[in-house]
Amino acid sequence: MRVKRWKKHSILPGFGLSLGFTTLYVSLLVLLPLAMIFVNTASMSWAGFWAAVTEPRVLASYRLSFGASFAAACINVVFGVLIAWVLVRYSFPGKRIIDGLVDLPFALPTAVAGIALTTLYTETGWVGQFLPFKVAFTPIGIIIALTFIGLPFVVRMVQPVLQNFDQETEEASAILGAGRLQTFWKVIVPEIIPAALTGFALAFARALGEYGSVVFIAGNMPMKTEITPLMIMTKLEQYDYEGATAIAAVMLIISFVLLLFINGVQWWTNRKYTHS
Amino acid sequence: MAGHISLQYGSKQVDKKTAREPLLVRILLITVALAFLFLFLLLPLAAIFIKAFEQGIGLYIASITDPDAVSAIKLTLLVVVLTVPLNALFGITAAWAITKFEFKGKSLLVTLIDLPFAISPVIAGLVFVLLFSTHGLFGDFLFQHDIKILFAVPGIVLATLFVTFPFVARELIPLMQAQGSAEEEASLTLGANGWKTFWLVTLPNIKWGLLYGVILCNARAVGEFGAVSVVSGHIRGLTNTMPLHIEILYNEYQFSAAFAVASLMSILAIVTLILKNIVEWKSGQHG
Repeated sequence: MRVKRWKKHSILPGFGLSLGFTTLYVSLLVLLPLAMIFVNTASMSWAGFWAAVTEPRVLASYRLSFGASFAAACINVVFGVLIAWVLVRYSFPGKRIIDGLVDLPFALPTAVAGIALTTLYTETGWVGQFLPFKVAFTPIGIIIALTFIGLPFVVRMVQPVLQNFDQETEEASAILGAGRLQTFWKVIVPEIIPAALTGFALAFARALGEYGSVVFIAGNMPMKTEITPLMIMTKLEQYDYEGATAIAAVMLIISFVLLLFINGVQWWTNRKYTHS
Repeated sequence: MAGHISLQYGSKQVDKKTAREPLLVRILLITVALAFLFLFLLLPLAAIFIKAFEQGIGLYIASITDPDAVSAIKLTLLVVVLTVPLNALFGITAAWAITKFEFKGKSLLVTLIDLPFAISPVIAGLVFVLLFSTHGLFGDFLFQHDIKILFAVPGIVLATLFVTFPFVARELIPLMQAQGSAEEEASLTLGANGWKTFWLVTLPNIKWGLLYGVILCNARAVGEFGAVSVVSGHIRGLTNTMPLHIEILYNEYQFSAAFAVASLMSILAIVTLILKNIVEWKSGQHG
């Protein structure tokens, strides 16, 4: 009965069994493996760690990964909101199919997406041949791959908000004399900002860690088109486990910060809604 | 769904009309959205199938019946058969513990379950290297007992378990939270035991959510590339899954063969999307 002190009483059975199994499974499969990153990092000297994570090639990879992920997430916010808007508000032939297709980047294996995008954007590819600049094997190609894999996040976050949005508010705004654009900026945009921001953060986090779709289109030239996950991969292939672990520790900390940010946005939204 | 406005005459219609965009703006917005989706989704998908058949159907069939391809397909299926049921079982158990009981540390547990979503697949592979490589935590033990995990099938299964781990739990937790425990409590009060209550009350209630989670988990398990790439060792015919086989073919400039195998995976992705939409429609939820 000692258990009951930190647990509220319930007549439902299976608490011990289900929580025990869950905790064991999470500990063995997630906690223990992830702890290894920090255990191994802690055994490195500070100077060694610092040297590993600030190597010029690694620094270049942070710049590229952050820049490309940020650019892709921005593209996804703009087009994600537009796509969500069009799917919720307008009707056109094939809408149902298009709506279903938005999730393609979640369903399509990243390596498949990677080779398909690369083929399209090389200099002789279907799209690449019409472009005046090089896309494949440049940072632009990386941004395209990251835009592809992050596309569903913003759409799927913003869509339900627009669906539940009370259109009478817009009508009220119109009756009170606001133009359509003014209503959009002053009435609709504030409502979708939390969802768009969460979608942005999710797309950004996913893009930072993405590997499969990027390695094919990136060309992986040192200092130019190497993303941070590829740096970890390269270090591993050279049996530099310490270097790989140090970079992984930096990336993990960034992931945790992003996770906190996402939870913060959600907490802020919930509070806003419960208070108003 | 879309803002359908009933046609009424009178002053109200004017108000509603001002709350919509002019036709030209609507057409422009739809065109831009569709053009973007065409360029980013439809065109890559079409390219996979066209490139797969570019050198003729003979080469297509030869590519997917090649012994290395067949062994990659078999390994991928084995990984799915091992990981998806385990993670589904975990998802149900975790959702039961989290939604049916109040206890301290619950939000921490939920955060931990979400964690693999926020982590790069390459790191997911790396952690198993740190555990099981010869210099890793269990390296000596594994060497002495002659157990191979890394660069072998168990490593691939573990890495896939890690990356697909949140899918089912993520779907079930909000669903079961919304459903509450009143039905289970009624069933228990009426004399059913715990297992009977779970099979006859809870499971029918969550079956669509469960199926939805399993479909997403399955898609990711089949297609996982980064994590598996780290732990597999790329031994042809032995530790190559379908995505790794595609990578090798592509890097050897066997483009048609790469796209042939990729087309099989794309068909699976399309089936996943169709199933997902059917489940969404059946369960009456969206998004």
